[in-house]
Amino acid sequence: MTTEASTSGLARQASGRVILDVENLSKTFGKLKAVDGVTFQVYEGEIFGFLGPNGAGKSTTINMLTTLTPPSGGKGEVSGYDIYKQPGLVRRSVGVVPQDYTADEDMTGIQNVLLCGDLYGMPRKDAREHAQELLELVELRDAENRNVSTYSGGMRRRLELACGLINYPKLLFLDDPTLGLDVQTRAAVWKYIRTLKQEYHMTLFVTTHYLEEADSLCDRIAVIDHGHIIKIGTPEQLKSVVGGDIIVVGVKELEPDLSATISSIPKVKEVKKNGNDYRIKAEDGEEVSPQIIDAIRTKGLHVTKISLTRPTLDEAYLELTGRTLRDEEGDKWSMMSQRRTMSTARR
Amino acid sequence: MQERRGQAGEAKSWSEGPKLDTSPIHGLWALTQRDLRKWYTNPYQLIISLVQPVIWMGLFGKALNFSSFITGSGAPPSVANAVLLKYFGTTSYFSYLVCGMLVFIVLFTSAFSGMSVVWDRRFGFMNKALSTPVSRGAIVMSKILQSVIRSLAQAAVVLLIGIGLGMETSNLSVLGLLGAFSVIFLVAMGLSGLFVMLSLRSSNWQTQMAIINLLNLPLLFASNALFPIAIMPAWLQSVVRVNPVSYAIDALRQMLIGATGINALWVDITVVLGFAVFFSGLGIVMSWRLLKK
Repeated sequence: MTTEASTSGLARQASGRVILDVENLSKTFGKLKAVDGVTFQVYEGEIFGFLGPNGAGKSTTINMLTTLTPPSGGKGEVSGYDIYKQPGLVRRSVGVVPQDYTADEDMTGIQNVLLCGDLYGMPRKDAREHAQELLELVELRDAENRNVSTYSGGMRRRLELACGLINYPKLLFLDDPTLGLDVQTRAAVWKYIRTLKQEYHMTLFVTTHYLEEADSLCDRIAVIDHGHIIKIGTPEQLKSVVGGDIIVVGVKELEPDLSATISSIPKVKEVKKNGNDYRIKAEDGEEVSPQIIDAIRTKGLHVTKISLTRPTLDEAYLELTGRTLRDEEGDKWSMMSQRRTMSTARR
Repeated sequence: MQERRGQAGEAKSWSEGPKLDTSPIHGLWALTQRDLRKWYTNPYQLIISLVQPVIWMGLFGKALNFSSFITGSGAPPSVANAVLLKYFGTTSYFSYLVCGMLVFIVLFTSAFSGMSVVWDRRFGFMNKALSTPVSRGAIVMSKILQSVIRSLAQAAVVLLIGIGLGMETSNLSVLGLLGAFSVIFLVAMGLSGLFVMLSLRSSNWQTQMAIINLLNLPLLFASNALFPIAIMPAWLQSVVRVNPVSYAIDALRQMLIGATGINALWVDITVVLGFAVFFSGLGIVMSWRLLKK
């Protein structure tokens, strides 16, 4: 019995069975096409990331897949159930960790998890045992009898995670699970997500606009923008679209345009001028950088700064969408703090 | 070996959850309890909600002594009693008003039942509940039910205060009390159904407050809560006659203080029952369409 369970768990991971099958799914609000015909599959046992800026259609897609919003068109199957025709079965089979903090502040942590159990129609005894197990997993046992109003943001996020797992889902939807969290808490949330995949063989569908979260956490990523999926692949596949190192050179003088000069340097593949900056894609960036500086100096111009980056998902994203995530409008405050958090985490 | 067993055990417990209760009302009581907890763990709310009816009874009810209007003009008390009996159906205006106040507190409690829907939307709890298999109807029913339970408890307190302030008790009976609280149950159900229904799409509490203010006072004043229907102008009488609140109050007066009613008791009860079934039913039906993100 025990061996059977463990081997079947492994087999599931290897089988590559589709647990989430989405075809041409669309959602229109009035004239706005929030999600415009997305098609993708998620396989059992993987962490699938949905990466895109605010307003790209990530949350709308998750809302459709978790049956909160009826789709305007297309097809979606979750755990073999049709999201349109069998919403009850879909809801029973998946777990959802929403973007907002939804726990009731006037109740304790464990009461909140038990309430979720009741909403799934779980027998109280099973729910109580499982709730304790889950609170253990997210390290909230010590605080389980405290009112949620006394919890920190990170604790609340962990509590949401426990609530989303109460019904033993095989597939868990997480909508921006680390939004606004500090570095340590984000790392903790990632740890739980990995644990769920590795030890409990769960499938996780995660939306995020943190590039490195997607990079380090996800097995596969779909880049979504303006309601379209631009590319799906592993982080490595996505990064390979960049095709080289990125050198950014700042030149004091706006004129003349040095693009042609820089392009003539061997191993330079592409040059884009952006104000005073040149964004150069090159093989072997370390070797090319001094040559670029020399070339600019020879012209009698002044280099104000230079930076060299290995291809990151950030670059891949820019390559795919033509924009950086930080260009996006939206909540300025959270974007700023996100950027700060990201740069800190990178060190 | 040990490790493997542990892992397998976990995998097992996660892949096979317990058998779930799939009845359409599962989760109803859990949701109701959640709302009720906010009420009984906050005594201030309870006390503040009682202030208004107490002021109405204590100040308005005591100041407006109809009997002394008539005796003050030189007429003997027997005339005063006859006049009161003709218009109010009872000789005690205060008792008359207490019955009105019982429904008044129900009306005000029910009006705020929609507010908790708005809060739940605001704080995301509604979306959370909607992503679970709990039925939409059960969500609406829980909102109605918590408001009904609160109304019953608060009406009981108002009745006790009314008795303490001098309400006529000679006609009180167990059967009358049971009947009265059944009517309170029904009118609370109908009014809560109405207000919950109006809040289903709303996530804006200002709008909800406006709706409450828009409906509350007309429902109160265009009823027989404060004054008898017979002294009202004809157009107002016709409004009062379609106001279900009037029927509930009329039934309470007949059952609690033995007043002569405007309608037969069974008519009152039938109207209130119909009102309760219609609006709570409509709330459930609307929830299938309107309760979504």
